[in-house]
This record gives sequence, structure tokens and C-alpha cells, in this order.
Amino acid sequence: MSLLFDIALVAGLIALALHVVVTRDGRGAILAFIAFGLLLGIGWARLASVDVALTEAAIGGGLTGMLLLRAHAHLAREIPPEAMSRAVPRSWLAPAIACGLVTLALGAVVLAFPQPAPSLAHQAVASLETTGLGNPVTAVLLAYRAIDTLLEKIVLILALVGVWSLSRDAAWGGASQLRPAVIPEPLVFLARVLPPFGVLIAVYQVWVGADLPGGTFQAGTILAAMALLVMLAGLRPAPQTQSKALRVMLAGGPALFVLVGFLGVAVAQGFLSYPEAIAKPLIVGIEAALTLSIAGTLALLVAGPPDRAPAP
Amino acid sequence: MGLSDVFTLVCVVAGAILFLAGTLGLLRFPDTLSRLHALSKADNLGLGLIVLGLLPLQASLMGGVKLVCIWLLAQLSAATATQLIAGIAARRKPQA
Repeated sequence: MSLLFDIALVAGLIALALHVVVTRDGRGAILAFIAFGLLLGIGWARLASVDVALTEAAIGGGLTGMLLLRAHAHLAREIPPEAMSRAVPRSWLAPAIACGLVTLALGAVVLAFPQPAPSLAHQAVASLETTGLGNPVTAVLLAYRAIDTLLEKIVLILALVGVWSLSRDAAWGGASQLRPAVIPEPLVFLARVLPPFGVLIAVYQVWVGADLPGGTFQAGTILAAMALLVMLAGLRPAPQTQSKALRVMLAGGPALFVLVGFLGVAVAQGFLSYPEAIAKPLIVGIEAALTLSIAGTLALLVAGPPDRAPAP
Repeated sequence: MGLSDVFTLVCVVAGAILFLAGTLGLLRFPDTLSRLHALSKADNLGLGLIVLGLLPLQASLMGGVKLVCIWLLAQLSAATATQLIAGIAARRKPQA
């Protein structure tokens, strides 16, 4: 029975992926991509990777979909519709062959895996108690491979700097205009009712991430969604990007991470190593700061480059 | 098979049938508003029945509370999304 479900799931994924590639309708492709992300999340859950499933549904489905939809709306405003729909004559043979080769090579690699597949899972679980954590995924992200996580967060900030640098000189340091001209009544209602629950769920995600699936990225995405909802419903304006408090919040997570990392040189075995006795409080503290940074970064990435002159 | 298993089976099957009916409606109904109507039935009642059916299987009270919360949140988002889409549909094509 579960095999039947898995086959249906995989068939749905392949069909959606093909639809995203083949369809001419840009918005339809983006919507199919969002559905693809949600379905892929179910796939990860079927593989018992709940952490990945949550992140895929939040980032792959929700946030990337929203970024793409906004980009598409911008393009539609600036490019006349006939130019967008005009079919560009292009050769499809070479890309098709290249994609086919990549697929074949990937298939061959997957089939050539030794049995049992090489895994570090046992070591990861065996040293879990030195970190004080219960979730091996969080231990990998924040302790064993902390440098990867740190660089990833810094890349996010760089991406935001890239988006901001697209703003006009006059709008530098200002806010983005997110509020639509007409705000539907139900959206305002949702923006009033949902955020308290969203914040509660995000806090729970960070806290539970130490021992169970959950963590900074999932929680940050939920917070970002709540912030965007409030701004889209016009309840609060988008923040001034020149605001000191905002910039401290954005840089705070990675900065704390780096600071704790260098403290490790002084009091533990080296860069990004934690003294064993206070490993868990340190990790939870870093996660909390990172969550705020991620939430701010993701929300402002969706909000786009500032387009209003800064308030004096 | 205990009484609670029969309850679970009946509720989940009823929920699944509602989802099927909602999907059929989404595909076959002629206009946006009727399609939304079919979809929201599946979302609210279908999901509600499935949650109700899964409640006896929960080991702890917290598990059950979380399931009910998921249903309530899904209700809220589905109702809002339905209203938003219906609003756009009504504005685009004013009813004669």
C-alpha cells in the first residue's frame, strides 16, 4: 500500500517537473514549482528526513515561490505582454541531450552506490551527548559542520546586500513599497489573527530543534512569512533599510556565531568548538539570534530593493 | 479490531471521499465560485474528518491538541484564500 503511495508521489513529482519545464505560461510554471516543492516535502517526510521536509516545504515551496511570483509580476509590468509571449526560436536539441546525459550519469551513480551506502550517521549519533543536543541534524549543522552553516548565513546577508544595491540612489536606505493599492478585507483579518500563532510556532520550532526536527531555517521562514503578511495587509509599513536596529538584527546572528567561534579558540579546542559544559546553551543562543537574522533577511529579500526615499 | 479502529476507519474514509468529491468539483464545475465552493468543502470537512479519525490513534493528549490546531490553522488559511480568490473573481467579472 505504501509502495502505491510512493509511486503516485514520484509520478506526481516527475509530472510537475516536466510541466514546469515545458509550459509557456510563466505564472503557471511558478505555481507548479510551488506545488512541486510541497510534494517534494512529502517525499522527504516519506524518507524520514523531517528536518529536510520542513525546510523544503518552507523555502523550496513557499519562499522561493513568492520570490519568483514577485519577480514575474515585476517583469510583466516592465515588459509589454507581446514581447513576453513572443516565442523565441531556440534549439532544444542540445539542452535535451545535455539534460539526458546528466540524468543518465546521476542514475548510474545512484545505482553504483556500495551496499550498505557509506554513512557518518553512527559517528554523528555516537558523539551526540558531547553537544547536549538530541537532534543529530542540529548537531551536524551547529556543531560538527558549524563552519558550513556560518558561511551559509553570511551568503544570505550578501544576497540581501545584492538586492538592496539594485535600488535607485534616491531610495537608498529607504523602505520597499509592499502595500498593494487595494487591500482585501480577508487579508487584513488574516494578518491580525495569524501572526501570534506564527510567532508561537516559530519559537517552538527553534526550541524543539535541539532535540526533535525543527530549527532556525524553518522558524525563520515562518517569522518572515508573518512579517510579510503584516506588511502586505498594510498594518505596518516595511522597515527603513537604513534603520540601525534592523541592520543590527540582520547581522546579529552571524556576528554572534563568529564571536562564539573565536571564543572557542580561547577556551575550547579551536575555532567554532564549544566548551562541552555549556555547549547546549551556546547552541540554542546562536540559533535564536540566527533565527531573527534569517527571518529579517528572508522577509527583506521578498520585499525587494527599497523604492521609497528614506525618511529624514 | 476495536471500536476505536472502526471509528478511525469510517472517519478517514469519509474524509478521503470528501477530498475526492472536492477534487472532482474543482475539475468539473463550470465557474470559479462553484469550484471554490467544492474545494473549501474538501479542505474544511474532509480534513476535519481525517483529523477526527486520527485522534483515537494519538498516544498523548498533546498529539491530539496539535492535530486539532493544524486543522484550525488550515481552516483559517483556506477560508482566507477562498475569500481572496472569490473577491478577485467577483471584481473581474461582475455578476449580471
